Amino acid sequence: MAKYIINRLLQTVVILLIISVIAFSLIHLVPGDPVYAMLGSEIPREYHDQVFHTMGLDKPLIEQYFFWLGNILKGDLGYSYYFRQSVAEVVANRLPTTLYLGIVSAVFSVILGIFFGIVTAVRRGSKTDSVITVLANIGIAMPTFWLAVILILIFGLNLKWLPVHGFTLPWVNLGLSVRQTIMPVICMSVGGIAIYARQTRSSMLEVIRQDYIRTARSKGLKESRIIYGHAVKNALIPILTLIGLTLRNSFGGSAIIETIFNITGLGQVMVMSLNNRDYTTLQTSLLLLATVTCICNLLVDIAYAYADPRIRLE
Amino acid sequence: MNDKTKSFFETLFSRKLVIVSALVILFFLLCAVASPVFATHDPDKQNLAEFLQGASSSHWLGTDQYGRDVYSRIVYGTRIAFLVGIFSVIMSGIFGTVLGLLSGYFGGWVDNVIMRLVEAIMAIPPLILALALVAILGRSTTMLTVVLAISNIPPFARMMRGQVLTVRDLDYVSASRIRGNRSLVTMLKHILPNCLSPMIVIMTQSIGNTILSEAALSFLGAGILPPTASWGAMVNDGYRYLTTNSLFALAPGFAIIVLVLAFNIFGDGLRDALDPRLRGAL
Repeated sequence: MAKYIINRLLQTVVILLIISVIAFSLIHLVPGDPVYAMLGSEIPREYHDQVFHTMGLDKPLIEQYFFWLGNILKGDLGYSYYFRQSVAEVVANRLPTTLYLGIVSAVFSVILGIFFGIVTAVRRGSKTDSVITVLANIGIAMPTFWLAVILILIFGLNLKWLPVHGFTLPWVNLGLSVRQTIMPVICMSVGGIAIYARQTRSSMLEVIRQDYIRTARSKGLKESRIIYGHAVKNALIPILTLIGLTLRNSFGGSAIIETIFNITGLGQVMVMSLNNRDYTTLQTSLLLLATVTCICNLLVDIAYAYADPRIRLE
Repeated sequence: MNDKTKSFFETLFSRKLVIVSALVILFFLLCAVASPVFATHDPDKQNLAEFLQGASSSHWLGTDQYGRDVYSRIVYGTRIAFLVGIFSVIMSGIFGTVLGLLSGYFGGWVDNVIMRLVEAIMAIPPLILALALVAILGRSTTMLTVVLAISNIPPFARMMRGQVLTVRDLDYVSASRIRGNRSLVTMLKHILPNCLSPMIVIMTQSIGNTILSEAALSFLGAGILPPTASWGAMVNDGYRYLTTNSLFALAPGFAIIVLVLAFNIFGDGLRDALDPRLRGAL
């Protein structure tokens, strides 16, 4: 197990380095002079040269990369010319919001998805199964932003039950926070719930066919004991691998949800920095979210290896 | 038609839902090819005297903020959905297959390099990656297709690699190698054909997702350039006028759901017909 963990840890470091190269290249791949692209071509020449120098763009590429990476590791994330503050400040204010929304919706997706998956597998072929399966298919096919528009129309504008924009962290004002979180979390978790339900269902149906379930049945165990004691435990192992993916997708989806609900999170920052060509902020946010995703993947893989010993030996 | 093809189509169309989804896809395809026939108005013609009207007999789904006919724009929007959806999936299918083939066949450092690269790209949320790529490559229908193709390569490459690993050590592959065939010949003649069905299935299933991504990018204003009609961009425009003409935002989203649903169901049907063992795995 220790060997497996060390191996995966090294892989994660390599992956993070590759991601840092990708994020770093971003600013250099954008056509034209990055400073003019960021600040507009009408800025005075001296200012351009000054910014060019501060950003280290006049140094050789390799040196620039290590300088940039070194700074990030030291906690200096650069300066955002669009937000007019250090990127660290921009990110520090918004990362908790995005993480909070991402994690809450991931939790909802996992719990509800697995629940529906078990129900449909146990009652295979019943009306409940058909209804949930159809809903799950629609959930996967539905654009997040469209669902958001519908929810806003119904619960925000017509019924006026829920606020249509803004976000407050729960430890600031719990009541308001919950009201503001409902619609974004529904939008962000519907797709996930549908995916978990589908996967759990097929995984359960797979497990139910196995020999040890037949053995349990022939021993005369109660059906509920067979399902919850034997089948579910084994069926959920492959579902584990989906968790990293869900978090990644919630972070990606936050770009849309935060834009629609006007939530000041990292997703909105990325869209804004992209539209205003603030590449420093974009690079850093990209690296940050990818790092969080990588760490989650690592944890999930370790949990997976712990739950299924076969993985460790591969 | 030989027996194998016949049984393939029999299984494929044994479920009513798959038939319906195939018909829905065909219908949308027809809309894309013959948009002028289905549309009632010129999709780009502005008529400011009739802006943001509700549904009526002359404008079935009302008009947008420039007085353009929403129904006609949805009809023309099928073109972008199909163009971007299908071409980008084909593109990523080709690249993913090549990468997965190399990675699985050669193993060792080739496998290591390709897989770490693939995992790195997979760790970046696809939508964010696409947004960043749009910043680099610029906005046009072609570039959008390329951008969405790039974000689709990793899962395809992993899928292909997994397939190659299962056949790489089978007797007929070893036989080809022992005969002295070059790696390229072994890969293309013996390995590739036996790994294709899951690739076809996963490609079909990805079309729906790609259409969703195109819509999401266009919704965020990083997709198709106006005035070309795109469903995602229409929802974004209509969203600002929800209280005036709610159909303007709702109808294009409905079109997205129906088409994506049809592609997903058809993809599942294709999976069951091509290789029933894949059920549950894909």
